[in-house]
Amino acid sequence: MPSSVMSTSIRGGGPQSPAAVSTIGLRKSYGDKTVLNGIDLRIPAGSVFALLGPNGAGKTTTVQILSTLIAADGGQAQVAGHDVATSPDRVRTAIGVTGQFSAVDGLITGEENMLLMADLHHLSKREGRRTAAELLERFDLTEAAKKPASTYSGGMKRRLDIAMTLVGNPRIIFLDEPTTGLDPRSRHNMWQIIRELVTDGVTVFLTTQYLEEADQLADRIAVLDDGKIAAEGTAEELKRLIPGGHVQLRFSDPSAHQSAALALREVTRDDDSLTLQIPSDGTQRELRSILDWLDSAGIEADELTVHTPDLDDVFFALTGGTDQRKEALR
Amino acid sequence: MNSLPLAVRDSSTMLRRNLLHARRYPSLTLNLLLTPIVLLLLFVYVFGDVMSAGIGGGAADRSEYIAYVVPGIVLMTIGGTVVGTAVSVSNDMTEGIIARFRTMAIHRGSVLIGHVIGSVLHSVMSVVLVGAVAVAIGFRSTDATALEWLAAFGLLALVALALTWIAVGMGMVSPNAEAASNNALPLIVLPLISSAFVPVDAMPGWFQPVAAYQPFTPAIETLRGLLLGSEIGNNGWIAIAWCLALSALGHYWSKAVFNRDPK
Repeated sequence: MPSSVMSTSIRGGGPQSPAAVSTIGLRKSYGDKTVLNGIDLRIPAGSVFALLGPNGAGKTTTVQILSTLIAADGGQAQVAGHDVATSPDRVRTAIGVTGQFSAVDGLITGEENMLLMADLHHLSKREGRRTAAELLERFDLTEAAKKPASTYSGGMKRRLDIAMTLVGNPRIIFLDEPTTGLDPRSRHNMWQIIRELVTDGVTVFLTTQYLEEADQLADRIAVLDDGKIAAEGTAEELKRLIPGGHVQLRFSDPSAHQSAALALREVTRDDDSLTLQIPSDGTQRELRSILDWLDSAGIEADELTVHTPDLDDVFFALTGGTDQRKEALR
Repeated sequence: MNSLPLAVRDSSTMLRRNLLHARRYPSLTLNLLLTPIVLLLLFVYVFGDVMSAGIGGGAADRSEYIAYVVPGIVLMTIGGTVVGTAVSVSNDMTEGIIARFRTMAIHRGSVLIGHVIGSVLHSVMSVVLVGAVAVAIGFRSTDATALEWLAAFGLLALVALALTWIAVGMGMVSPNAEAASNNALPLIVLPLISSAFVPVDAMPGWFQPVAAYQPFTPAIETLRGLLLGSEIGNNGWIAIAWCLALSALGHYWSKAVFNRDPK
């Protein structure tokens, strides 16, 4: 699929709104392995952007470059209006980063971690204590504040991590896989936290391998695959790219399945699950014509479900390579 | 942004962090302190009679051997303490919080400077403790003036600084604590093969250059000269030159490794 078909127009902020993050042709390789192969991004200020991709797609590398942790091999990147390569310190004053691996000091307590951040942001002693207490309270860590951070659960560590990131009031926050390894409850807590961040007007750049997470949180999503942006747009726009809608018929009797498959012909059949899939856009009109067609052919399925395309379909279609596509057509 | 006040402020924050670590987890500190004290007691009370027979033409007694061995033990204390520094730097670099520091608008070198100052303070403290044990078992200086005591402390602080920077570099390139303590082993072994326990000219001829041309021997000889009144000769300058060279080397090495992109 040509990439020009996949890209969609910039919606929402419009081209004139200031970009919190923008990159042109960002490249990075380690030895022979190209990790990023020309990444173009433009993230309007005040929005949530999700970089979605499978493991090894280059998500973390992108965050590391944008947060001044590592240098790109080529291309340009601006964060908060400053070039990451030439004025990293100006970028650093505007950003907060919560990496994939917990960036808390496990040897000291949660409160001491917060005060450390306050000191490094040069807050006065009083202001530092106030900020630390407020954030510990906000992230439900007040009770655990005097315990060493190494004794915290995964969810608590992640909350402390984000609380530490917020100490300096960053305008742009990078969250690298903020919910990986969290249980469902902690994940939902984290989502709530991220939603609240945005109401304060900050820009959130998050990476995730969970489609649901991108769908839930992000204004715009870019699908990163093999070092390239495979598609970019809102969740709805991405879903529209994939003609994945179909009606699925399930049979309990193999012979009924067999005869239906022969009668309908233009369907995808799965002999293991005794199902048939008929392409459909899910509209009422098309559904009725399918039902009429089934009636006239004398087919009675035990179960009929309408499947509308979701981000899973988009994701697999874009990132799966040929294997996944073959599987979809089987 | 003026960089010096920023450097001082951030470095002192980092120093406080390291001191907090040391206070919370004193076991490493105590373990490292135990080694020189045990060696001191061992060499004085167990090997003392035999060892003292080998110096001063066989006429020396145990108390003279105490005087001989204490400067070496004191420098060994510094060597041992900075092994702990290498281990804690290496541990620290594997912590996620270092990545956080790198993405913050703080003085770039403050993480390392915090470690260095912490380690020097730590070394000085250990030296004082080991020195107290030495005095308790009978170590006395020979007519050392206040100025000579001051110079002795200055020398020890300088050695601590030099060895610390080297240890920080070793810690930076070590992937884990075990590797760090292995890499820092020379800092323990070098004093053993210096003039700490026996005079260089009592060693076999082929080995004498190894003992003579290494940083610990001139530092030990200078310390002996200051506290016991023996001949310093050009050992003082050689010791200072070693310290400055090692500090500069360790500083640039550590900084270069720290500024490399993390993997």
